[in-house]
Amino acid sequence: MSEWWTYRLSDFLMFSPRTYWRLIELYNRDFWPLHIAALMAGGAALALAASRRAGALRGMAVLLAAAWLWVGYTFHWQRYATINWAAAHVAVAFGVQAALLLGLGLQRGHLNPAPAGAGMRTAGWLLAVAGLGLYPLAGWLAGRPWTQAEVFGMVPEPTALASLGLLMISHGPQQQMRFFVLAAIPVLSLVLGAATLWTFLD
Amino acid sequence: MIGLGSWITFNVGNDRAAREQCAEVMRHFFEAGGRLIDSSPMYGSSQGVIGEGLQQLQAQQRVKAPPGGSAAGLPASAGAIFSADKVWTSSAGAPQIEASRRLWQVPRFDLLQVHNLLAWQEQLPLLQAMKAAGALRYTGITTSEGRRHREMEQIMRGHRIDFVQLSYNLLDREAEERLLPLAQERGIAVLANRPFREGALLRQLQRHPLPTWAAEIDCSSWAQFALKFIVSHPAVTCAIPATSQVAHLRENMGAALGRMPDEAFRKRMAAYVGKL
Repeated sequence: MSEWWTYRLSDFLMFSPRTYWRLIELYNRDFWPLHIAALMAGGAALALAASRRAGALRGMAVLLAAAWLWVGYTFHWQRYATINWAAAHVAVAFGVQAALLLGLGLQRGHLNPAPAGAGMRTAGWLLAVAGLGLYPLAGWLAGRPWTQAEVFGMVPEPTALASLGLLMISHGPQQQMRFFVLAAIPVLSLVLGAATLWTFLD
Repeated sequence: MIGLGSWITFNVGNDRAAREQCAEVMRHFFEAGGRLIDSSPMYGSSQGVIGEGLQQLQAQQRVKAPPGGSAAGLPASAGAIFSADKVWTSSAGAPQIEASRRLWQVPRFDLLQVHNLLAWQEQLPLLQAMKAAGALRYTGITTSEGRRHREMEQIMRGHRIDFVQLSYNLLDREAEERLLPLAQERGIAVLANRPFREGALLRQLQRHPLPTWAAEIDCSSWAQFALKFIVSHPAVTCAIPATSQVAHLRENMGAALGRMPDEAFRKRMAAYVGKL
């Protein structure tokens, strides 16, 4: 891409904000009331992460993997890719994340229930609560209808946000490498989501 | 003179209501005498939305056409629509072009352009071969936002092309210096993209009242003011504003009617906007 320095973020946005929010609305309509089950699964994952028992942490990994797989396929691959050709690649990344969660999360003896530091746990709780509880309200607070709410386990941003929080709660200081591996794709997803929202404001 | 772009506005995915709206925009476009629609594989679902809209309008025409004539909504023959698309890949262009043609549901494209000059050394010969074989009427190249003008000029001088597409509007006038005169000199048609800077220019202008002297060129809105400036340049063949709203479409098409500014008036228009 020549003259790359002349490009703005908005130059890469190929759809209007209206089209994006309609996509979310139609997606929500197609799958309602699965959102309730998704939020319950998220709450269960949070309880499991907080319990710090090895078996519970495996359960958390399975629930998160299911969420990433679902969002990657039904949102990114089947729907978002119809207006954003890059979404097909992001869908693959979501599949990789699901595989990582299952692969690393279910490994025997790999889950050390040693607690995360207090700061890490607090930050993790804040992110998890934000992803599970506050994010669905964000659209309404911004003036968008309830039909366009973004819910954990259904769309990328609250899923990534809550996942990051759960990983921070459940990973002790001995597990930094594994944490970074599992946190990389959620962070990337959040960056992409933030960039998209930023261009909506541009 | 006034075509229809499809960047962003027609990329509506599988939203049925939005697709119907785009088809309605196309219907009004054709009824107002519009012909050229421009798209690209880069524009997401836009190509498919256009193809579906064309099919819908043709179906309506078959239902409503009086004996021996054509109904409103679509030109009497598919050949009257000027289909302009692009090749946008650094890999083999032919499969992408065929995929685009299927989405448009047209027998062939009128114009294919190398989008943003991507791999033009490979794609331009492909387009020229297609033209020689009768699979294409015109070849072209595109750029936008003032990028790669030098390279575009080199291609215009060194290769036989029929169209160039570039950004040209009341504020982005760099093309006046070399590319537009060169296009005129070599008989290359010019499509002007970003006539409103994707709406940003209009939003700026609409903070101010339309000057009363705009009525001297039969302008009733800033959109028409902006479009008349563009299409009155002797080198410009067509501007391609994009919209998903019928009201805006009608307003844009009004720029093709009435009096056009001459060179002195164009200078006045540019100077006025430059001071806002």
